[in-house]
Amino acid sequence: MSWADTLAQGLLLGGLYALFAAGLSLVFGIMRLVNLAHGDLIVLGAYLILGIGSALGISPFLAASIALPVMFALGWVLQMALLNRVLGEDILPPLLVTFGLSVVIQNGLLSAFTADSRKLPIGPVEAHSLPLGPVTVGVMPLITFGSAIAVILILNWLFYRTALGRAFRATSDDAVTAQLMGIRPKQIFGMATGIALVVATIAALYLGARANFDPSIGPARLLYAFEAVIIGGLGSLWGTLAGGLVIGVAQTFGAALNPEWQILAGHIAFVAVLLVRPRGLFPRAQD
Amino acid sequence: MSDLLELRGLTAHYGDFQALFGVDLTLARGETLAIIGANGAGKTTLMRAITGIARVTAGSVALDGRQIDRLAAPDILRAGIAMVPEGRRLFPSLTVEENLRIGAHARQGNGFWTLERIFDLFPILRERRSHPGTALSGGQQQMVAIGRALMSNPSVLLCDELSLGLAPVVIKEIYAAFPTIRESGASIVVVEQDIGQALKIADHVHCMMEGRITLSGRPQDLSREAIHDAYFGVSHA
Amino acid sequence: MKNSHSLLLFVVLVAGLALVPVLGSRALVQDLFMVLCLLVLALNWNMLAGFAGLVSVGQQAFVGIGGYAMFAAVILGGLDPLAGVLIGGVVAMVLSVPVAFFAFRLNGAYFAIGTWAVADIARLGFGQWKALGGGTGTSLPKGAARDMIGADAVKEMLGISAAAATDAMTYWLALALVAVMMLASWLFLRSRMGLGLQAVRDNPVAARSVGVDPLRLKALVFLLTAFGTGICGGLIFIQIGRISPDAAFSLLDWTAFVIFIVVIGGIGTLPGPVIGVLVFYGLEQLLADYGTVYLIVLGCLGIAIMLFARRGLWGAFIERTGFDPLPLGHAAPRPGA
Repeated sequence: MSWADTLAQGLLLGGLYALFAAGLSLVFGIMRLVNLAHGDLIVLGAYLILGIGSALGISPFLAASIALPVMFALGWVLQMALLNRVLGEDILPPLLVTFGLSVVIQNGLLSAFTADSRKLPIGPVEAHSLPLGPVTVGVMPLITFGSAIAVILILNWLFYRTALGRAFRATSDDAVTAQLMGIRPKQIFGMATGIALVVATIAALYLGARANFDPSIGPARLLYAFEAVIIGGLGSLWGTLAGGLVIGVAQTFGAALNPEWQILAGHIAFVAVLLVRPRGLFPRAQD
Repeated sequence: MSDLLELRGLTAHYGDFQALFGVDLTLARGETLAIIGANGAGKTTLMRAITGIARVTAGSVALDGRQIDRLAAPDILRAGIAMVPEGRRLFPSLTVEENLRIGAHARQGNGFWTLERIFDLFPILRERRSHPGTALSGGQQQMVAIGRALMSNPSVLLCDELSLGLAPVVIKEIYAAFPTIRESGASIVVVEQDIGQALKIADHVHCMMEGRITLSGRPQDLSREAIHDAYFGVSHA
Repeated sequence: MKNSHSLLLFVVLVAGLALVPVLGSRALVQDLFMVLCLLVLALNWNMLAGFAGLVSVGQQAFVGIGGYAMFAAVILGGLDPLAGVLIGGVVAMVLSVPVAFFAFRLNGAYFAIGTWAVADIARLGFGQWKALGGGTGTSLPKGAARDMIGADAVKEMLGISAAAATDAMTYWLALALVAVMMLASWLFLRSRMGLGLQAVRDNPVAARSVGVDPLRLKALVFLLTAFGTGICGGLIFIQIGRISPDAAFSLLDWTAFVIFIVVIGGIGTLPGPVIGVLVFYGLEQLLADYGTVYLIVLGCLGIAIMLFARRGLWGAFIERTGFDPLPLGHAAPRPGA
């Protein structure tokens, strides 16, 4: 494989990681919550799509569109019933609660679906590829990448151009004064986590369509996603995309040198970026 | 004039300290009321208790005959009480226009105040509408904070320490907007350390000390000495 | 007064536990060895997260490094496994310096992610060490553990098999480690530095204004707990006798369980880890046959504790009874008391 091919594969893989990370980035930007269960929620989303698809006999793409509102509702309930109770000055309770949640989801999936690996059946499109200048890329990775760009465009529009986004930013700035505007912060947080899980469901669709998954793979995806968020600079969505691309490219080049080095190369890129730029590539003014 | 806002025996805490000791206060419809007092007299806690930011531990607050002291802050805003908080508290990641628009977040239906009317009231804000709110001068920020509160079309407007940290000429410019605000139908409570300014615009003045109202009256009925004593807690007994 | 009673109870308990290899079955000794090791890890993690505010999800890095350093000392250096354990602690502490240099750049919750990434780097990195079996790992040479200094004496004294003598040895070492860790934690927390640490946790701004340097204190705690965790890692893998990257750097075994133990028992309290490990062991005995259910129960318990009793079972006990047999501070008299 040529270097150009490797680079293209890396960028496309980075798009998937950006999808894993966009929800985390949004939630962290709004409520400074680090959700350690995010990876397992993505895997949960993949099983939900699989379940809906096989129960109704429809394609994973259609199944995902049914899963989206379900996952939004799950995010809303999770935030309102659980996470809102532990948000505060002390970072320990939210970390430990989401950590517990991660273990519960992972093992819940394990007892419901066993450790067998699954895949979303997306049909012949899986094998299609396109010549793109000097390189040939798969259609599915390309759709994944396009979806990542679209998700980030939409999230940015939502964040900077809508009344909800205004309320997100105001609450993030100063939750007490936001209440004086009639904003209910807990509901705002509920919306944010709901939206984060909608993005997680989109990520789940591509995760499951691209490769095998099983209940145990959540934490590793979470780690890549967090690395993307931190590399990009906390709270910047375009930064998160850039961070995802860095991890993706590093992993593919690592794998091209030695298949055992794929994950390691991603981690090393993460450490290297942070050593050079402690606040990430595109830090926001504050924090 | 009928009573719009009525406080009875209001008691509240600032952290662990009791900051209000049974405050009684009424605001008539269309009236402007000034509350003066030294630092730590409980003025800001009073504002925070009315708006639901500080917890009321005893007593009651009624708006238009409806008890509101058990409501959460966002619901009190919806009931019709808006506040210009001490220190302005603009949202740094919002532009001037967005800061104003977010004031109308909970608003239902039409009212006197619109973005255009705020810009007419403070024309400089129209020019600066796409600047970040916190990039403005202190006086301009105060204008945004007032406009933001007005955007909810409140029946009661609470202003906490408008003149704090501002130059006299700027203070004068800001208070010049108050006749228009009154005409819009809002009843107003201003908390001020600038006694002169307070006396100038208020129909009634209350002086607070150590969490209690120690002196009340119409500006023209209160002697300079009486206010001075109430303010500094000097007793001639 | 109170402290001397607590100390007496502590000595009696340790002495009682020390008799287990003499009186109990070998299976019990092996079970309790793992419980004691988890307690050592829990005491260390509690010091990090509960007192220094450093919520690490990457302590398995130091367990693994300790284990691998011990294996390297025995297999490549031909040293006694006990020397290997000590080397494991030292290597873990030395490597914790660059880790701290990196992870301390990340604030608050992101520190957790940073340490986790480092642990994964360590797992993948040690998997590249072909002399120690690469990704599949390796075993201790036959007899290496049996020839440990003192193992023969134990064998003679108790009249047991060589394998049982090894178990007894590692058990006593783990017990000693628990005792030392607990005493050291208690003394440290009551020292000037320890009080400074708690002041930083409760109010960083105020603590700084009275001259406590939070960064130096936290870095010190990070290095010391890396040492304790590394030693424990070495000991664990003498007993297991086999090492592989996935086992040595297991997030579940060496960090997740440990976090639940501390949270359930009472984070930021000295007796918390002890209570937590007892609950953990009890649940394990009860639910051992239902692997995933066990983990789900642990997860739910951890969440419930964070929602309803943030200082865990021990904190709830003190709150109910007002009785604290191990006061850490030189507490000011309470109003009305």
